Formats: sequence, structure tokens, C-alpha cells
Amino acid sequence: MSLESPLRRVLGLGAAKEGSRHWYAQRLSAISVAILGIWFFIALAGLDGVDLDRVRAWLSAPLAATLLLLLIGTLAWHTILGLQVVIEDYVGSRGLRLGLLIGMKFTFVFAATAGAFAVLRLAVGVPA
Amino acid sequence: MPRHERPLSPFMQYRWLYSNTLSILHRLTGILLSAGFLLLVYWLVAAARGPEFYERALSHLASIPMQVVLACVLWSWCYHFLNGIRHLCWDAGVGFERGVARASGWAVAIASLVLAALLWLVLRSGPGGAV
Repeated sequence: MSLESPLRRVLGLGAAKEGSRHWYAQRLSAISVAILGIWFFIALAGLDGVDLDRVRAWLSAPLAATLLLLLIGTLAWHTILGLQVVIEDYVGSRGLRLGLLIGMKFTFVFAATAGAFAVLRLAVGVPA
Repeated sequence: MPRHERPLSPFMQYRWLYSNTLSILHRLTGILLSAGFLLLVYWLVAAARGPEFYERALSHLASIPMQVVLACVLWSWCYHFLNGIRHLCWDAGVGFERGVARASGWAVAIASLVLAALLWLVLRSGPGGAV
């Protein structure tokens, strides 16, 4: 049996939250977004204009649709992690901070889902 | 309210140096790119909704204020991308020496402007004028 109090055991160990997981996820998603971002801009330049037929033809290729879905997913993930740090750094009031974090996460998960659905719809050619 | 008022960052005044200028630019461009992500989704959703809606969305995006926003987002992507690679190198323990960090900072700042200008020209050169 230890004579140390529970407080003594945790003092000085830091916040003991999810810092390292957040740190790692931020880097992992950064690498993904960097690679997929290069692909996206090259693909966009190769499209030679963004009229609807070209976009549909582009996304009807399985690889293009897959990569764009991955870009949307990892970009949303990276954005959520990044904005979380900004909000936690600059918003002092606990209630406002929690509200902003929840609203921000809902917004970007919603946007990513809508974007992914749009890509799927363009890819399989569902008539509008 | 928390029982103890803890300092929020930045909790003191820093001297304005290249290092903290580039650092705050990384945050600002990140925030701008969050808006850029929403614009990307807007573009895709408009395309998925069909020709009429897509034409309307493209004409919105072609307006002068939106072109300014898109140019800012494009430069933000270039800066955040290049400076992000710089950060990843630091995370790997490379390039911390003062001279190297200063040189890579200047390189990132200049290269981001050049890359953004190049991308802008390439993307706008098509007949439909992407972006």
C-alpha cells in the first residue's frame, strides 16, 4: 500500500488529457492533406476549366473520386484539430469555449458529409 | 468560471520578429483555409445539384469579392503547405539551428507568393477559368 495521496501521484505530470494523440493526429492528417492537396491542384489544372461535364467526367474515374473523398475527410479532420487549438488558446470563458468547440465540430463534420455525398453523386451520375 | 484564472496564450507581449510573424501567419492562413474548405464543399454540392444551380454558384464565385477571397485562400494554402513542411521537419528534429530556421522562413514566405501566383495563372488559363 502506498502512503502517497492520489494528489501527490498526479502533481507535476501535466494535463493528462489527450494532448499526444491530438499532436500525432494533427501531423498524420497534415501529411495526408499535403499529398492529396498536391494531387488536387494538379488534377484541377489538368481539368482545363470546371464546367459541369468536365467535373462529372473527372469524378466518374474511381481513383479521382476516392482521392477526393479522402481529401475531404482528412481535410475536415485537420481543420477540426487546428481550429480546436485556436479556440482553446484564445477563448477564456468555459461556456463559450465549449459552445464554440461543439458548434465548430458539428459544422465541419456536416460540411464534410455533404461534400462526400456530393462527390458520390457526381461520381455515380445520379441525375439532379 | 475556473477557480484559478490561468493565463491564455499569448499572455505577454512579444517582440515582433520573423519567427512569431511566420507562426501567427500559419494560424491565420489555417483559419482562412477553414473557410476555403467550406467553399470547396459549396462548389461540389452545387455541381451535384445540377446545371442551373452550378452556373449560379460559378457566377457567385466569379464575382470580384469572391475572387479576392479565393486568391487569399490559394495563397493561404501555399503558405500553410510550405510552412507546414517546415514544421514537420522541426518535429523530426531537423532545421532548428537559428540560421537554418531563418533561411527556411524566408524561403517559405517568398516561395508561397511565387507558388500562389503560378497556381493562379495555371488555374485561370483554362477556357472555363477554374477557381
